[in-house]
Amino acid sequence: MQNILSVKSLTKKFDDFTAVKDISFDVETGSIFAFLGPNGAGKSTTIKMLTTVLKPTSGEISINGFNVLKEQDKARASFGIVFQDHSLDEELTAYENMVYHAVVYKVPKKERAERIQKALEIVGLWDRREDYVKKYSGGMKRRLEIARALVHYPKILFLDEPTVGLDPQTRNSIWTHIKKLNEERKMTIFLTTHYMEEAESIADQIAIIDHGKIIESGTVEEIRKRTETESLEEAFLKLTGRDLRDENNETGNKMRTIRGMGRRNRH
Amino acid sequence: MIEVIYILWLRQLKHYWRSKSRLLGSLGQPLLFMITFGFGFGPMYSRASGGANYMDFLAPGIVSMAILFTAIFSGLEVIWDRQFGFLKETLVAPISRTEIMLGKTLGGATIAMIQGLIVLSLTYLLGFRIPSLFSLGLGLIFMALIAIFFTGLGLAIASKMKDMHGFQLIMNFLIMPIFFLSGALFPLENLPPAIYFISRIDPLTYGVDGLRGAIAGMSTFGIYNDLAIIGVLATLVCAIGAVLFSKLEA
Repeated sequence: MQNILSVKSLTKKFDDFTAVKDISFDVETGSIFAFLGPNGAGKSTTIKMLTTVLKPTSGEISINGFNVLKEQDKARASFGIVFQDHSLDEELTAYENMVYHAVVYKVPKKERAERIQKALEIVGLWDRREDYVKKYSGGMKRRLEIARALVHYPKILFLDEPTVGLDPQTRNSIWTHIKKLNEERKMTIFLTTHYMEEAESIADQIAIIDHGKIIESGTVEEIRKRTETESLEEAFLKLTGRDLRDENNETGNKMRTIRGMGRRNRH
Repeated sequence: MIEVIYILWLRQLKHYWRSKSRLLGSLGQPLLFMITFGFGFGPMYSRASGGANYMDFLAPGIVSMAILFTAIFSGLEVIWDRQFGFLKETLVAPISRTEIMLGKTLGGATIAMIQGLIVLSLTYLLGFRIPSLFSLGLGLIFMALIAIFFTGLGLAIASKMKDMHGFQLIMNFLIMPIFFLSGALFPLENLPPAIYFISRIDPLTYGVDGLRGAIAGMSTFGIYNDLAIIGVLATLVCAIGAVLFSKLEA
């Protein structure tokens, strides 16, 4: 199969506000795809629809050949996701979080221990597996979430701003892990980030979304050439303007009204 | 299927077991009610009823109370899962929403049962005695059904709530009236029509009456009628919860 992820005319409306307007794109199997855009552009809404958390108003999504709306569980088993906000159970140990994941993803019992160990070793947390997650630092939690997403051998890994709020060491190590996963396991990576230099150095393909529409896509080279800029960051600013953006609270998406009304900054 | 439900159940029990302060804290209220009401109203009840022991009347009510509050809290815990982000982890997993609902209901109900059993054993210290093993067995069935019904109710409410802001509203306008008008503390006799009506549509009324019939030998509606009503309600609330969960978006 050529494209692991295929999106056709995807639209999401919240009451009278359209967060995502008729977007279409494909992600090639084995590639690293960066999905960029300013705050409130529709990135997280799109990721939520791709990962079955949110139902699209219209459009089609297929992951690993499965229709995300009709073959939900098969699609769910095909991807792993690291959410923008933390999604670990802090009252459990790291290992218990991993076991929970392995069971709900129906990893065969015999393989569980081995897969969990491997995943925790990849992110360097095997020695800390018995610690409660609430004792972990922000970077360790992120690494644990990445490890957790690997346990069921996903074909495609979604990373929604995986390095936000982390120090350069941790960021660097996370990207190294991700690159390795992509190269060694041929795992497709779909990521969003606000760090343009990170996207520039890691991504094969880039799409830039703004006001719910994809306004540019291609390789870094192509985008730079078309926008006549020196770096991805310049291209990004040129395409999306220099105005500051507001983004409404993540979970309050449904309450999102017309841009500019009911302004709320992200926490 | 079974293993998924088991791991959801296990997670809740681990939470319960690891939070000793919650475990002890939630015993405080039933104990307080049992001692203050038991000794405070005991003489009055005795005189009004012509010599009956108030503790026999009160003990099943207090056990039901412990189960009611623990069960509702366990159900509402889903709101914390949502706020701390863990709900998403469960919702994107390739499992059916019914499995999630069942696992969470059984987890919450088990915890509520444990709390109920602790309170039941405490009533022993205050002089309450269960007549026979059969009564105990029947009582356990009622306790389990009360636990399942209110955990299911808590989950159904939680699936519609975004955060804990509505919590006071639910406590004061739903849970407290359910408790006070269930006949847990006083007999539901000679009441004004409005209160009488509410007490009759209160699901806990039938749970308390059944439990009291089973372990203290006093029942207004008949144990098997109670059993049928609370059994049907528990099934119904779980079905409604499963439907609401299937529409849940993180």
